[in-house]
Amino acid sequence: MAEQEKMTLIVFSGDLDKALAAFNLANTGASMGMQVDMFFTFWGLSVIEKGGLERGKKSPMQYMMGLMNRGGAGRRKLSKMNMAGMGTHTMKGLMKRFRMPSLEESIALAKEQGVHFLACTTSMAIMGLQEKDFIDGVDDFVGAATYLGLATDAKVNLFI
Amino acid sequence: MDVDKTLDCIGLYCPMPIVKTAQAINSLEPGQVLEVLADDPGIKSDMPAWAGKTGNEFLGFEEEGGEIKVFVRKGGG
Repeated sequence: MAEQEKMTLIVFSGDLDKALAAFNLANTGASMGMQVDMFFTFWGLSVIEKGGLERGKKSPMQYMMGLMNRGGAGRRKLSKMNMAGMGTHTMKGLMKRFRMPSLEESIALAKEQGVHFLACTTSMAIMGLQEKDFIDGVDDFVGAATYLGLATDAKVNLFI
Repeated sequence: MDVDKTLDCIGLYCPMPIVKTAQAINSLEPGQVLEVLADDPGIKSDMPAWAGKTGNEFLGFEEEGGEIKVFVRKGGG
């Protein structure tokens, strides 16, 4: 077969629906034999955060921000029709009924398929996050130049 | 058609039939045929797209009622 095709995704959003779209594409790409790199930045970091309540090295302001937007895949909300959680709850129920993988299952599947997770160190600094605040599957903690290096070699580059 | 393995994806939606196909084809020898049962119509376009990118051969599909049987021959070898 020819040289392995590559795909990158910037996961900027921490919304449930957008994260699901990103992981559906990542998992499909991996199944098609592509090397897939996901670069999590800004709100997207919350998708791969453990979501603990430790103060860590956060300033009071950063800690407050973290409380208002708790990390963790299970806490992501729909970008529309959240309706104080009712909409998100309903969507999760529908997804289960239609046997669609949850966000947590999609993340596990991506790791199983060898998708690379990269976390943006600049966003981590702004939010006071440390490496230990993230799930085990994160492969590296990098900046924009690393992402662009990967993106210039890839045919499919998406910003979600 | 002679089928070496059948993968049941009834009730599953994109991208799961493709993800499961990619996993299932690993257990076959080159030249063997995988049959995928599905009811998400997207599979009719997705499977040839997948096969074209992965060096496998899309052999076509049969549709009866809402059920779609897709056939893929493992490439290589």
